[in-house]
Amino acid sequence: MNGRFFLTTLNEILSWGRKYSLFQYPFVTACCGMEYMSTACAHFDLDRFGAGWTRFSPRQADLLLVVGTVTQKLAPVLKTVYDQMTEPKWVIAFGTCAVSGGIYDNYAVVQGIDEIIPVDIYIPGCPPRPETVLDGLIKLQEKIKNQEQEWRWKRRKF
Amino acid sequence: MEETEILTKLKNKFPQQVKDTFISLGMEVAIIDKDYLFEVMSFLKEKPQDYAMLLDLTCVDYIGEEPRFEMVYHLFSLSANRRIRIKARVSEKEPRIASLTPLWRNANWLEREVYDLFGIEFIGHPDLRRIFMYDGFEGHPLRKDYPLRLRQSRIKLRK
Repeated sequence: MNGRFFLTTLNEILSWGRKYSLFQYPFVTACCGMEYMSTACAHFDLDRFGAGWTRFSPRQADLLLVVGTVTQKLAPVLKTVYDQMTEPKWVIAFGTCAVSGGIYDNYAVVQGIDEIIPVDIYIPGCPPRPETVLDGLIKLQEKIKNQEQEWRWKRRKF
Repeated sequence: MEETEILTKLKNKFPQQVKDTFISLGMEVAIIDKDYLFEVMSFLKEKPQDYAMLLDLTCVDYIGEEPRFEMVYHLFSLSANRRIRIKARVSEKEPRIASLTPLWRNANWLEREVYDLFGIEFIGHPDLRRIFMYDGFEGHPLRKDYPLRLRQSRIKLRK
């Protein structure tokens, strides 16, 4: 039994743990927030998938939910919030505005938050239905499950 | 040129400055000379006219016409339950008009909005700076000659 076998197993344990304990930071700016609230509350219940804990501090969160339109004026704020989050971190673009700017193809609106920060999952819809959001969350869990996880004492490749 | 009591009164008081009066969809409208805006508005705010409330203040860009901009003011009389619309043309070369902040305090932010989006200067405004767009934004985005696809990002974009 060599060290490599041990590392892959730990990777699986970590990804299993991380995908079921997503602490989310909702960056809610617009009407998609209503659908977010609906998804997070009792009826659709985001907590069934382990993402029920909302942290209103980016430093304690590992899932950034960008819900709604991001204007050029707000872009530095979103960038700061993303930079404040500690690793590992994932980003969901929630709704058409966050995905691509949506109907707001004008001077004031950022044409998709991936112009500012890297995005893992895009959830389209104006606004997306709660089922769509849950589907996006499950897809993110799938992605986390298959990712290579980072941890502090991990041996670096030189 | 239709007549109502207030429009007749306005024309009698300012025969030179009021250029035209008419009724548009039940709304009394007066087009005035922009240099006498403050006097006309003060007169309308006084009793017995009593248009005590400034509902809205905005601007229209008629590109290609001269004068290019048209300022639009909506007043409301709480005692008489009546509205009036005052318009004044402002040229592109000299986009200046008197500020109404001494008469109505809410004109402060409305005029900052028009200054931000149309670039009209308000003489006598206490704090004329942008209200919607950020520092470093160039141009006035609601002008018709502002490029449609021009983006002015505050931070460096990833792509």
